[in-house]
Amino acid sequence: MKALVAIKRVADHTVTVRIKSDNSNVDLSDTKMVINPYCEIALEEAIQQKESGAISEVVAVSVGENLCQEQLRAALALGADRAIHIETEGNPEPLIIAKLLAKVVEAERPQLIITGKQSVDSDNNQTGQMLAALLGMGQGTFASKIVIEGNTALVTREVDGGQQTVSLTLPAVVTADLTLNKPRYASLPNVMKAKRKPIERLQAEALGVDVSSRTRVIRTETLGRQRVGVKVTSVDDLVNKLKNEARVI
Amino acid sequence: MAILIIAEHDNSGLNEATLHAIGAGTKISNDVHLLIAGDGCAAVVEQAVALDGVTKILVAEAEIYADPLAENMANLVASIGNKYTHIVASSTAFSKNFLPRVSALLDVSLISEVVDIEAEDIFLKPIYSGSATATIQSRDPIKVITVRATAFEALKGNGGGAVVESLTALDDMSVSKVVGNHFVPSLRPPLPSARVVIAGGRGVGSVENFLLLESLGDKLGAAIGATRAAVDAGFVENDLQIGQTGKVVAPDLYIAVGISGAIQHTSGIKDSKTIVAINSDPDAPIFQTSDYVLVADFSEVLPELIQKIQL
Repeated sequence: MKALVAIKRVADHTVTVRIKSDNSNVDLSDTKMVINPYCEIALEEAIQQKESGAISEVVAVSVGENLCQEQLRAALALGADRAIHIETEGNPEPLIIAKLLAKVVEAERPQLIITGKQSVDSDNNQTGQMLAALLGMGQGTFASKIVIEGNTALVTREVDGGQQTVSLTLPAVVTADLTLNKPRYASLPNVMKAKRKPIERLQAEALGVDVSSRTRVIRTETLGRQRVGVKVTSVDDLVNKLKNEARVI
Repeated sequence: MAILIIAEHDNSGLNEATLHAIGAGTKISNDVHLLIAGDGCAAVVEQAVALDGVTKILVAEAEIYADPLAENMANLVASIGNKYTHIVASSTAFSKNFLPRVSALLDVSLISEVVDIEAEDIFLKPIYSGSATATIQSRDPIKVITVRATAFEALKGNGGGAVVESLTALDDMSVSKVVGNHFVPSLRPPLPSARVVIAGGRGVGSVENFLLLESLGDKLGAAIGATRAAVDAGFVENDLQIGQTGKVVAPDLYIAVGISGAIQHTSGIKDSKTIVAINSDPDAPIFQTSDYVLVADFSEVLPELIQKIQL
């Protein structure tokens, strides 16, 4: 059984993002780029399922500019067997990414497709669900546990108020939540081995997908009010300020 | 033209978040339709009919909508989507599950976590865990958006008078089924609408220490929240997580206990009216996003605070 994992190249979430002086977009020049943390969890799950024998091959796919091959190489070092890079200009919106991934799914016929639940740059939480809809497949979003049993996957989902378990007929799409697993680090020998693993390159246009954007970013800015951070010296002082100054208790 | 709001409910009452979504919808159009898909949900319909600002209520009642799967919910919404200029839902786990499917089925983009509506085709949304806000224009014929409940006023008023129309249920897509729900019953107010929120971070240290936050919460009638680090450490359940990957809160009073203040957390609290931070580290970054800071060991000051707060 083959698993396909989507990988997105994003700015390291520990780095403070800057905004371009003309407010056209965020400025990612000289920013450390990594695999989106949720994609890393998705990949770890596929690798663990392979180690447990439920999955036989793990294919990593990324959509974007040439540089996202760095993240595919990192995915190969972590344990993906091979990788596919769909070349596009810039950073396409989720619906376009989902359409491109759907073409790869149609060609590769994986039984399990795992994506991160969201990326930490655009914070959209859309691609996995869109992909499932385009393919007419079932989905298990915000997964904290995946158990593969024959032709079904039992997926425990993090929902408001607790957990829900759904049974999905395979092939299906699962999106990874934080609680699914703890991703591993790549060992040096595996980093070396990854250099010899194949990355197949596909052109977005050749896949017959219209990659023109439906949306346009008009401006990007930092909003929000500044807070003063008044030091209070004691609990009495705090209670007094909350009662008489902020008037919230 | 009319816009469509998707109701979230438990078959006995509307979720508060839906009232905020309707509030956002009334900023776009004065012809607001509300879709209620459920089973035995007459009480929800009755509640909705009384609402101001809603002109039509579409009701799809069937067993498959009792606790609807994303697949079935999306097919239903997409089947009527072409009649609308906008499809709006609150950005909860419920809507995030199916609305991207609706978008894909209608071949239009989705704009998530909208915090402001500038024009009928221009929306503001946070990016990079709230470090920045992007203003996005959509060229799609149907604008599909999820809105943050904390950014829009809930629809108030009970003018009523909406017409009710029945929708025929679609067939079960039969690619998935619910095999179990494990909900932890809570007597506390839900995080997104709580007036007071007490949240703990890794610095709280243990499940037992979280009980101190619970005691303060009892006193204030507060919701309890946590950082990702506290969830990762196993102190509390995942659904109490506040921030980029959890819930967004905007209470009158937010008290951060043992929270260092990573942007991934503070992005979820920044619309709170008053933020109090209690941390023993005088250099904790949370202090820069707080109104009042108390440099102290929480295990010493929380019992005193519980004792001294008189409501």
